[in-house]
Amino acid sequence: MKAPETFEIPAAARVNYINAQYGLKSWLLTKDHKRIALLYLGSITFFFFIGGLYAMMIRLELLTPQGDFLSSTTYNKVFTQHGIIMVFFFLIPSIPATLGNFLVPMMIGAKDLAFPRINLLSWYIYLLGGVITIYALLAGGVDTGWTFYAPYSTTFSNSYVIAAGLGIFISGFSSILTGLNFIVTIHTMRAPGMTWFRLPLFIWAHYATSLVMILGTPVIAITILLLAFERLAHVGIFDPAVGGDPVLFQHLFWFYSHPAVYIMVLPSMGVVSELIANFSRKNIFGYKFVAFSSLAIAVFGFLVWGHHLFVASQSVYAGMIFSFLSFAVAIPSAIKVFNWTATLYKGSISFDTPMLYALGFIGLFTIGGMTGLFLASLAIDVHVSDTYFVVAHFHYIMVGGALLGYLGGLHYWWPKISGRMYPEGWGRFSALVVFVGFNLTFLPQFVAGYLGMPRRYHAYPPEFQVFNVLSSAGASILGVGLLIPLIYLVWSMRYGKRAEANPWHLPGLEWRTASPPPTENFLITPVVTWEAYEFAPPEEMQVIGKFREGTDLDAPIIGKS
Amino acid sequence: MEHKASHPALQHHFENLEQQREAGTLGMWVFLVTEIMFFGGMFLAYTLYRTKYPQAFASASNHLSLPLGTINTGVLILSSFTMALAVYSAQTGKRRGQIVCLALTLLLGLTFLGIKAIEYHDKYVDHLIPGRLIPGRPFDASGVHLLPGAAKQNVEMFYWIYFAMTGMHAVHMIIGVGLLSVILYFAARGRYGPEYHNPVEISGLYWHFVDIIWIFLFPLLYLLGRHLEH
Amino acid sequence: MQTSWIPFIPQSASTVSGRVDALYFYLCGVTVFFTLLISGVLIFFVVKYRRRSPFEIPRPIAGSHKLETIWSVIPFLIAMSMFAWGAQIYFQNSRPPKNAAEIYVVGKQWMWKIQHSTGQREINELHVPVGRKIKLIMTSEDTIHDFYIPAFRIKEDVIPGRYTTQWFEATQPGTYHLFCAEYCGMNHSGMIGSVIVMQPTEFDNWLSGNSSQQSPAVAGQQLFQSLGCVSCHGANGEGGRGPALAGLFGRQVFLTNGQTLIADEGYIRESIENPQAKLVSGFGPIMPTFQGQVSPEQLIEIMAFIKSLQITNPQQTTAPNPKAQTPAAPSATPAPNKQ
Repeated sequence: MKAPETFEIPAAARVNYINAQYGLKSWLLTKDHKRIALLYLGSITFFFFIGGLYAMMIRLELLTPQGDFLSSTTYNKVFTQHGIIMVFFFLIPSIPATLGNFLVPMMIGAKDLAFPRINLLSWYIYLLGGVITIYALLAGGVDTGWTFYAPYSTTFSNSYVIAAGLGIFISGFSSILTGLNFIVTIHTMRAPGMTWFRLPLFIWAHYATSLVMILGTPVIAITILLLAFERLAHVGIFDPAVGGDPVLFQHLFWFYSHPAVYIMVLPSMGVVSELIANFSRKNIFGYKFVAFSSLAIAVFGFLVWGHHLFVASQSVYAGMIFSFLSFAVAIPSAIKVFNWTATLYKGSISFDTPMLYALGFIGLFTIGGMTGLFLASLAIDVHVSDTYFVVAHFHYIMVGGALLGYLGGLHYWWPKISGRMYPEGWGRFSALVVFVGFNLTFLPQFVAGYLGMPRRYHAYPPEFQVFNVLSSAGASILGVGLLIPLIYLVWSMRYGKRAEANPWHLPGLEWRTASPPPTENFLITPVVTWEAYEFAPPEEMQVIGKFREGTDLDAPIIGKS
Repeated sequence: MEHKASHPALQHHFENLEQQREAGTLGMWVFLVTEIMFFGGMFLAYTLYRTKYPQAFASASNHLSLPLGTINTGVLILSSFTMALAVYSAQTGKRRGQIVCLALTLLLGLTFLGIKAIEYHDKYVDHLIPGRLIPGRPFDASGVHLLPGAAKQNVEMFYWIYFAMTGMHAVHMIIGVGLLSVILYFAARGRYGPEYHNPVEISGLYWHFVDIIWIFLFPLLYLLGRHLEH
Repeated sequence: MQTSWIPFIPQSASTVSGRVDALYFYLCGVTVFFTLLISGVLIFFVVKYRRRSPFEIPRPIAGSHKLETIWSVIPFLIAMSMFAWGAQIYFQNSRPPKNAAEIYVVGKQWMWKIQHSTGQREINELHVPVGRKIKLIMTSEDTIHDFYIPAFRIKEDVIPGRYTTQWFEATQPGTYHLFCAEYCGMNHSGMIGSVIVMQPTEFDNWLSGNSSQQSPAVAGQQLFQSLGCVSCHGANGEGGRGPALAGLFGRQVFLTNGQTLIADEGYIRESIENPQAKLVSGFGPIMPTFQGQVSPEQLIEIMAFIKSLQITNPQQTTAPNPKAQTPAAPSATPAPNKQ
């Protein structure tokens, strides 16, 4: 990297985590959380586009009511693999393992995560799980649905269930280790003065996410392991043919997989809290409410799994309790949405790409969350469960929520991560395309779902075609919208405008070091004397970043003067 | 990076040994929480089916070797005691005691695994390895005294749960033995003392945890339902 | 298929569908209201408070407990109203009415096998009369399926090794979709059929035109004999070494462990497949398990037979042992703790 010509830069700042060492080995054996974040970024992007490819195949098949593009066997594999890849290999690691990995230490003023070697190990574990899963896909694929319901998966499926299960089992440990690392780091490695209530909300969200990761993931791990052995050895506890109970599998599966939704969306909420506060230059409205609502979601999230079993012969009373709790878990999410909105009040709002994603998130997450209430409501769920209504709902959460938050965060921190600016015009354009494409894809699916179109159908009655055509049209727009950032972000790594240390002029700790940061993040251990999102008055601005002509500092001063 | 006269064991990203110790200990506790959840799934399955098939589970359970199980329980409890002594020796800087106690713990751990292996072998001889886990040697419950109303299929399920739980426990024991070997090696080289002994401590936490799991497994798998034998 | 006058609503053809739709409209209304409210406020703020100069720093606002309380409590109350309404409909429909006509459904990859209590069999079609309560008793031969009739707004998993039930009362004659809603393998999307709702007289004609088959209860009686159940439970379910079965269905049963339960399909199935799980008070664990020896359809037939024994209640004295009329009173050993 060559230094920009216009400014005089302290020599120490020129060495950053990217150019500190060269060579493949320096990347593959790195213990630097920032480099590991980039390793994750590369791998999840790879998996995202594989999952996206499957999504395109699904949408192509569903253009017509007849199953004419793919055979039913292939179609079943395609939607299964779309789910497995997207859930386990993209959404779950997406924000925590990339943005979280990169930013958690920086935001709390630490040099690294508490266990750097375990952090690297988690990436290798993830990769190993990914490779085994890819093997399962190439060897012949898996057709059980990402839910692996027994006894279909243990007894009736003729596909590579064990290999795919093993891949998920292994990658689960990467998630556990990441969560463990975050919890310990946030507890023990905060910089002097960084009290719990000075933590950025991104950190709170990751703390809550980590709780879900460490409590939930082991349960799915043992469940998948038992399932694989059951299939292998024809003995077990799930298949009624051997005296087992298939509903037990569903309980164990959803005990993890419902909270897993919060693994996906909580970090995204953390990103949105950052974006809303920082791009309106306001402290977040009701900081403690937003912080504790993350924890409340994580805790209540473990008590609602039974709402996936309303039509699976669960007792009426259990159904009512789970329904009640599912409504209750909506409240912390609502609190967040209201607080974000209130934060904008009397702010100074800019329309940079990350903010567009954040605003889109709020809108789509509101729809996704509200339609979740339909599914929590017993009588409606009986009608719409396992229909496209559910598909639409969780895509509003996982794409409209998790993915938009991820993209917003990626743009927001891109200058810090890469040291380059992304092209703003293209950024705004693609954000718009994604928003339009997304809504066109998934809004019609709500309607098709209420009309009764079951999910996982390879061929469907012709009266649903109009909704599927709309959906497929939207999906192609969405696909283009997601390809554009891939192209310009890669392009910007080489050709983008060089980023200042603090291009957005923000108070967070991660902006008080160079872009890209040095390997140890901060040249001096920072001492925190300010609250979260405390925007400095004009006379103190120069210590935060470049606000006046000619005071651009690439290695900014730490702390307030 | 300037570390002012820092301890050689201090890792670069920690401010001081105290922070490093705190992080290590908390990390192990968090890890043990995940372990509880991991075993929790199996305990749930056990509880469910024990209630559903009480006769079959009692029949199968009664066929397990009570003496071997009891000896193993004693062995593990003793090993936890020696482990605690090893930690104490490390904290107080008694190098010799440290090495002896760690070696004893290791030995007791291996004894446990050896006895477990004998038990597994007995099950193999009795054709009690469930399903097709051993190809060409299918499960056969004819050697088990069935209480009235016990279905052979459910006896097989008991053995499946037995092997899943004790097998997973044994895997943890093997990891623990590996861990202790490393700790013993470094202890012999005098790495741990009053100032720095965190690895001994957190290995101890792990060892006690694996012990506690067994304390639950033993009564659930070996003892419940003995009174139904005759 | 004609649609209703409201767009995007499926046909409504059961007594419950209108109630579900009403709740759905309520939730839609709330969703639209809040989505518009939040996006409206969002857009208003974003436009009004857009950044006007690159250096401006707005005054911080800490938050407001009053507002937090308002926007926690109001959504909570709204959510509770949704919960209560949804739970009410669900709860009221959870127990099939006593006088409902029973139809047996067996799912298998990838077809629905349906049998009426009068013996008529159908595949992938279900004929039902308007205005009569119908209870479906469902099980699966292989993997999990789900019996879903969108026009009736009902759905329930069909699970191997279990009996699940659901019920409906059709209100509109017509032909409606029947879907399998739980993914079940290769031809999952082909596991569809139709529900044909007919006028009662039409239905009775249809029924009598197809009545050559043996009713499940009769088939069940034959099984009852061939499997040797008679030796302990008596030819007419009057009991003996085993508890009496006549009049058992729907009655309270006292168990050895002190618990009581109502004998339903699940209990009867469990008692055949895993007899020791819930022993009737006063009886020893002597019954062998029939797990794996009777198919789901045979189970249904035995069950239908046991249910039919209900008619031969107290006044029938053909049973050799009159004591055996109460379900839990054995003839061999007295049961002091009973009554």
